[in-house]
Amino acid sequence: MELQELQTHLTEWLNEAITAFQKVPGSAVLIRYVRSSYQNDPVRSAIELVLVIFFIRYLMAPAYSTSKQNFIKLTDDEIDELVDEWTPEPLVPNMTVLEEMESEKLPIIVGATGPKSKLANGRTVTNLASYNFYNLNANEQIKEKAIQTLRTYGVGPCGPPQFYGTQDVHMRAEADIANYIGTEGCIVYAQAFSTISSVIPAFCKRGDIIVADRAVNYSIRRGLEISRSNIRWYAHNDLDDLERVMAKVVAEQARTKKLTRRFLVTEALFETTGEMNDLPHLIELKEKYKFRIMLDETWSFGVLGRTGRGLTEAQNVDPTQVDMIVGSLAGPLCAGGGFCAGPKDVVEHQRLTAASYTFSAALPAMLAIIASESLHVIQENPEATLGVCRENIRLMRAQLDPKSDWVICTSAPENPILLLVLKPQVVEARRLTAEDQERLLQEVADECLANNILVTRLKGGPITTHMGLKDNVYTATPALKVCVTSGLSKKETEKAGIAIRHAITKVMTKKGNNKLGVPTA
Amino acid sequence: MPRRITNPFSSSSSSSTMPNPDAAAERRPSLSKATRIAQFFSSPKSKDQLSEKQALQAMQQNQGAGTATSILSLPSISLSEHLNSHESTTLFQPPSLEETLKRQRAEAQFGPLNSQSHRYISTHDGSTLEPPVEDEPPYYYVLTTYLSYLILIFFGHARDFFGKRFGDQNHYKALRAQNGYAPLNDDFDNFYVRRLKMRIDDCFARPTTGVPGRYITLLDRKSDDFNRNYQYTGTCTETLNMSSYNYLGFAQSVGPCADAVEECVHKYGLSACSPRADTGTSDLALEVEREIAKFVGKPAAMVFSMGFVTNAGSFPALVSKGDLIISDELNHASIRIGARLSGAVIRSFKHNNMDDLEKLLREAIAQGQPRTHRPWKKILVAIEGLYSMEGTMCDLPGILALKKKYKFFLYIDEAHSIGAVGANGRGVCDYFNVDPAEVDILMGTLTKSFGANGGYVAAEKHIIDKLKATNAATLLGESPAPAVLMQILASLKIIEGELAPGQGEERLQRIAFNSRYLRLGLKRLGFIVYGHDDSPIIPVMLYNPGKISAFSHEMLKRKIAVVVVGYPATPLISSRARFCVSAAHNKDDLDRLLAACDEVGDILQIKFSTGVAGGLEPLPAGVTPEMEKEYIKAKGQALIKPPRWKLEDVIARGVEDAKRPLR
Ligand SMILES: Cc1ncc(COP(=O)(O)O)c(C=O)c1O
Repeated sequence: MELQELQTHLTEWLNEAITAFQKVPGSAVLIRYVRSSYQNDPVRSAIELVLVIFFIRYLMAPAYSTSKQNFIKLTDDEIDELVDEWTPEPLVPNMTVLEEMESEKLPIIVGATGPKSKLANGRTVTNLASYNFYNLNANEQIKEKAIQTLRTYGVGPCGPPQFYGTQDVHMRAEADIANYIGTEGCIVYAQAFSTISSVIPAFCKRGDIIVADRAVNYSIRRGLEISRSNIRWYAHNDLDDLERVMAKVVAEQARTKKLTRRFLVTEALFETTGEMNDLPHLIELKEKYKFRIMLDETWSFGVLGRTGRGLTEAQNVDPTQVDMIVGSLAGPLCAGGGFCAGPKDVVEHQRLTAASYTFSAALPAMLAIIASESLHVIQENPEATLGVCRENIRLMRAQLDPKSDWVICTSAPENPILLLVLKPQVVEARRLTAEDQERLLQEVADECLANNILVTRLKGGPITTHMGLKDNVYTATPALKVCVTSGLSKKETEKAGIAIRHAITKVMTKKGNNKLGVPTA
Repeated sequence: MPRRITNPFSSSSSSSTMPNPDAAAERRPSLSKATRIAQFFSSPKSKDQLSEKQALQAMQQNQGAGTATSILSLPSISLSEHLNSHESTTLFQPPSLEETLKRQRAEAQFGPLNSQSHRYISTHDGSTLEPPVEDEPPYYYVLTTYLSYLILIFFGHARDFFGKRFGDQNHYKALRAQNGYAPLNDDFDNFYVRRLKMRIDDCFARPTTGVPGRYITLLDRKSDDFNRNYQYTGTCTETLNMSSYNYLGFAQSVGPCADAVEECVHKYGLSACSPRADTGTSDLALEVEREIAKFVGKPAAMVFSMGFVTNAGSFPALVSKGDLIISDELNHASIRIGARLSGAVIRSFKHNNMDDLEKLLREAIAQGQPRTHRPWKKILVAIEGLYSMEGTMCDLPGILALKKKYKFFLYIDEAHSIGAVGANGRGVCDYFNVDPAEVDILMGTLTKSFGANGGYVAAEKHIIDKLKATNAATLLGESPAPAVLMQILASLKIIEGELAPGQGEERLQRIAFNSRYLRLGLKRLGFIVYGHDDSPIIPVMLYNPGKISAFSHEMLKRKIAVVVVGYPATPLISSRARFCVSAAHNKDDLDRLLAACDEVGDILQIKFSTGVAGGLEPLPAGVTPEMEKEYIKAKGQALIKPPRWKLEDVIARGVEDAKRPLR
């Protein structure tokens, strides 16, 4: 009975299918073709049929079939068993000893950050660990402007820039920065840390070539990784090596007759070493080999040059010769966010393609205004800000670099962030591993804190453990970080310098630390 | 100071009020907005600053830079002259002028609640979440949509062809190799932007000023060269704000939050001046973290200065090579970038589709890692609480059932759901009555419901401790500014009822009501609306690319600011307008929006609803909602008729019906 029903259904369905097929335009031609071909050459029909079947199979095959080459077919029960057996590792591993030490020793500031800061343990310390180089954090004039902005705009813009998040204050900040540096345009991002990580992939795509310094900072590394471009490294701050690499790239491309975008990515002041780059030389090379240059001025914007415009001002380079200048508003300007300055088409392109601009909320209006105002303050009176700070840098340095037996300062003389690394002879003589050095420097920081001076260590961890760029495993040299500020008097700065030097000596000559007892230096 | 009385009934006018030096010398909270804005574009010490400003202007002119016009071209906006027209009847009573202005200003940011009945508690019974029914437009319309794109592309290429030969070469400069440099942009990649988006570019990135609250003030601009450059006319327009992610209405420049922030700037200064791992950790930051942890129901939390980086940095800190990330196909770009940076293998499953997820999980666990077949070290499933383009919520109960069986870790991005859903505003766990302990990582942003900026991650204490020690955004990225932290803290305390008791509850219940009311109203008018009923994100489908700009312009004519999105943010044919409902709106605002949509929907002919997704005529007397299914079965599908309600009926029945299960 059921079988019969099925049969009738089947024939019905077949009839329907045939009529439907006949309705398709061209079906008659196809049928005629098949008929005549069968008459003439049945073998050929068979081959054609096989071909058609093969073609259909090919079309239907899932696109990812290549990755499933070694797919093992299992029954549901087997899978259930595997599911039952599978035990995942914990979501995060345990903390390492160094990490635990760091989190234990993390300073907690109560109230405002300033040249003298109050810590949660009740002590007031001399703060040489904040990027508050000109003490703008305590500037009443800027605070007043910030509060006026708060009373007009609220805090957050509640939307990404493309959807009503762009406010007139952002446009003003952008124009102010562009004017200040001297570029055609500027785009403001909501966070400095992620700015260059988005700028790089906005321009560099698969197949493009990026030549980068081996010691570039973590944000740049992330950008390089996301871009999927071909990355060539040159030895840190070695412009001869850079030229070799560039020449090689150009020769390769000339051979293959393929012109791709070529970029040079480097920092003005290096985050991990504090050294300064030679921009005129870089510009010369870039123009010779036709590279575009992306310069990370995170640590030099508002720091270098007569009025703080950055490396371009310090080394007398026309800022329009640099294709993209990326910088931070969160450091000495005491605002927040980052920016990329450059020609107008470079800037406008980012508004649509830079991920952390398009997919993230705009900068709070207050912070945009603070950036504009801080720039005014610095520009208006470079002597009181940059000048005083530089004098303090000189005094601090004088206490540390030439006088200490144990450390040298790798930072450029104008850099308010003094990075102090253990002298190579010391490291060699005592056979100090990176971890030993970190531990010693943390001890120094503790010793300083005992003398009411707050300094920190360079956080090189993310770079050292960053595995995304396989051919460049770079270990940042452990360093003590001393940030000078104009908020301290000359005397205070000098005194702090002496105290730091003594703390270093004390730690380095402590019994347990001089493990080999080798006389050094 | 002499006030220029302009017509208060026009909502846009130019202004040229200069600050009076005396009035500007001291800032009083009662100063009119005009003075204040003008004031910070100049300065208290106006004399030397003015000369400095002049110098800057001179510098700009000397440089002649194309965009160096901010200070010159930006209007010194005077909002007091653009206050909402229909409330300004008392504007001319001299004694209460200040008071009235103040009230109007506050109400332009946060509308008054008209009736206590306009509240609703957002919650779900905890069963698995049914996907919303997705209505479809007629076939001819899909066809014409594709055709429109074809025509646009054809014309684009034609214009390119002639433009590149005879047009202004400057427009193509970036696409050409020149003196040895490869083109900066790919011609192909750039085609969409150049030829499609540019046509409707004026619907995007409209600059605003003032608070993005209930209303938002747009700077008027026009373009003489097809949206390549804009001229600012110096006027502005106050519009109803259906665009900002201001879910709980905390975008305010007055009230307890702003007061707390002002005090905070005095106390904490402008910035933390350092990453969290150096000296950026203040007592305030730790308090905010504790408060967030308490709010979302986790033992610990950490904050970041950007929501994007919260995702982009957390995945690399959680998973790495040998791990598997399974991600919803519609996840936000920040999750995708974070996943890519982590080094783990990434798979994606169909949006909100639990069957597909289960299939993928079984396959992943059974097959192990590619090639080696070694078992995965761990599997992390990443989803969002509320999807910002679709308005859909995650099926949390469904996912948790799978989690029990397949032992994966669960990461929920609550960017849009925190504050916006749940009886206590605590996100999807609250909404579905799920213990937050069942979810491993609760991430969210502070940009939206809290009117601040940044993001957080909440989890078990040992996880947060480890993340604080390894997450690069904590070690190297800037800490959130004290003002931003205080905004978070104050708004959290208001939601929890510790500050301004009653206000938090009102906000939560207003957004819940508003969401349902608007959604139901739009469905009844005949629009195709996506998303779940309780979602404050309401996408209205437009489909045709031509309608994107038409809708945006028509709404702007009616002084309503809406977000429109098209390809590539959505699939090619599902362009849409997206309304973000806020607690700052009241029923009047929504009725105004419904009226505008009704008109525009008729003009543009975008009322396509067939009735399968709701908005049906009321059930006859005697049929209760419980009986509805049976009733429809008995009467046949004929009952499902395309809903095309009259506006009056929508408004008349809306309040009552919005609080019942929507149909
Ligand atoms: C799901 C999701 N995650 C993260 C973000 C980024 O947050 P923020 O805007 O704070 O950077 C967004 C913002 O649009 C989002 O929608």
